[in-house]
Amino acid sequence: MDFGFCLSPSSHVKMDSVDLTTFNRLKETNPDINTCIACGSCTATCTAGHFTEMSFRRILLMLQRGKEDEAKKMIQRCMLCGKCTLVCPRGINIRKILLDITR
Amino acid sequence: MKENILIIGGGAAGMEAATQLHKMGLNPIIIEKSEALGGHIAQWDRLFPAFHPAKDVVDKMLDQVKGIDVRLNTEVVDIQRDNNGFHAVLSNNEKIDAQAVILATGFDVFKAERKQEYGYGIYNNVMTSVELEKFFRTGKDDRINHPKRIGFVHCVGARDVKVCNTYCSKVCCTTALKQACEIKEVFPDAEVYTFYMDLRMFGPGYEDLYLKTQKDFDVKCVRGRVCEVSEDMDGKLVIKAEDTLFGKPLKMTLDLLVLMCSMEKNKSIDAIQQKLGVANNSDGFMQNKDMYLGMNDTAQDGVFVAGACTAPKSLPDTIGEARSVATQVYNYLNR
Ligand SMILES: Cc1cc2nc3c(=O)[nH]c(=O)nc-3n(C[C@H](O)[C@H](O)[C@H](O)COP(=O)(O)OP(=O)(O)OC[C@H]3O[C@@H](n4cnc5c(N)ncnc54)[C@H](O)[C@@H]3O)c2cc1C
Ligand code: SF4
Ligand code: SF4
Ligand code: SF4
Repeated sequence: MDFGFCLSPSSHVKMDSVDLTTFNRLKETNPDINTCIACGSCTATCTAGHFTEMSFRRILLMLQRGKEDEAKKMIQRCMLCGKCTLVCPRGINIRKILLDITR
Repeated sequence: MKENILIIGGGAAGMEAATQLHKMGLNPIIIEKSEALGGHIAQWDRLFPAFHPAKDVVDKMLDQVKGIDVRLNTEVVDIQRDNNGFHAVLSNNEKIDAQAVILATGFDVFKAERKQEYGYGIYNNVMTSVELEKFFRTGKDDRINHPKRIGFVHCVGARDVKVCNTYCSKVCCTTALKQACEIKEVFPDAEVYTFYMDLRMFGPGYEDLYLKTQKDFDVKCVRGRVCEVSEDMDGKLVIKAEDTLFGKPLKMTLDLLVLMCSMEKNKSIDAIQQKLGVANNSDGFMQNKDMYLGMNDTAQDGVFVAGACTAPKSLPDTIGEARSVATQVYNYLNR
């Protein structure tokens, strides 16, 4: 019989067990990946982001919080138009990083 | 006879004001309660944003005050005012008459044990920013044994109604990033995280320091306030915070946690301040006459303020105020 009880998994990000391999690999060829100030310009300008959840700012965070699969799924929304790269105040080459993530 | 100006406090503010007044031909007298001049900057190793040795600045200032009247290990125990000016009694029973008084008693560092949830004084590996400066100066601290993961907590004792300090302490964001770079220099393999609510990099070169912190030192800045610290079976620290940019609570084990303690009003001067008729503002610091044009003046003619006694300030702020207070005193004496 199902009484409707269950154990919810913890929603905590457990930083001790996060695998940073992909992020660190990206960092080697794109050192500017560290310099994001989370301003959100890339997300705000993104055409795909107006219709989907696409957000480069979040992708960077996902890679550092153990959500690589989700990040890679999100990237599929990107049209590689490069608008985000034009607006980033830290001059991050976002379009290149997006391409490198999927490589 | 030269006119005496009583300067209470021999930190950066008191020393610089004395230097300028001396150059104007007046006779400043510094009353310093500790055994040496220099105040807090004498405790710092290197200064933000350019990692300039603090000792260099202190030595230059000490050189400038040579020949100026200084009383170390001394406090003002009583002060009266009449038509001839101020009459002070010192803790060594000496009596000094002066035409003007400058309060330059600076700040006190917030007592970290008051934020009990951060475990200072309870867990071994929690230390303060002031103690970390000492480590950089001396290379010695029992708590620092090749840490692999280090965290910095911003706004400890600031922007927090729970400790009755709602103000921002101004310099601790920049100090946190400076110290994060420095600890990374000592332990290049360590992962370094800072936990901030807002990063306030307000001065020239400070934003460059932020970029350097991210790019050259690989320090990770997480937006979110550490809410609690505990200790695991191995004596490591477990911290909880929300990564507010990611929108999820986060848990992490650390070998060392550094608390960026705020500046608070130095209360050792309260009794004298009361005798002089100088009140405190809502943040508990000394009340100046006007935020814009009267920052060195008080409600009492002839009583002036300079430096971190009126609000948290950086060293350049403090030096600027010390120089302007000298002008104000000069104008007051020649009114
Ligand atoms: C952790 C930390 C790091 C910092 N790093 C930097 C930095 O890198 N760069 C920067 O620009 N700023 C920095 N600051 C800020 C800097 O320390 C202050 O701007 C500066 O110390 C203010 O100088 P002050 O003379 O007003 O006060 P203080 O330095 O507090 O000096 C006050 C003096 O008055 C004396 N005194 C106090 N009460 C009495 C009394 N009743 N009678 C007689 N004497 C008394 C004290 O003993 C002391 O010598 C830092 C602050 C902190 C907390
Ligand atoms: S390149 Fe991709 S992420 Fe950037 S604006 Fe275009 S669609 Fe959005
Ligand atoms: S625009 Fe640049 S700095 Fe702003 S969130 Fe996007 S990547 Fe980060
Ligand atoms: S300067 Fe930064 S760390 Fe200090 S109180 Fe202000 S916001 Fe907090």
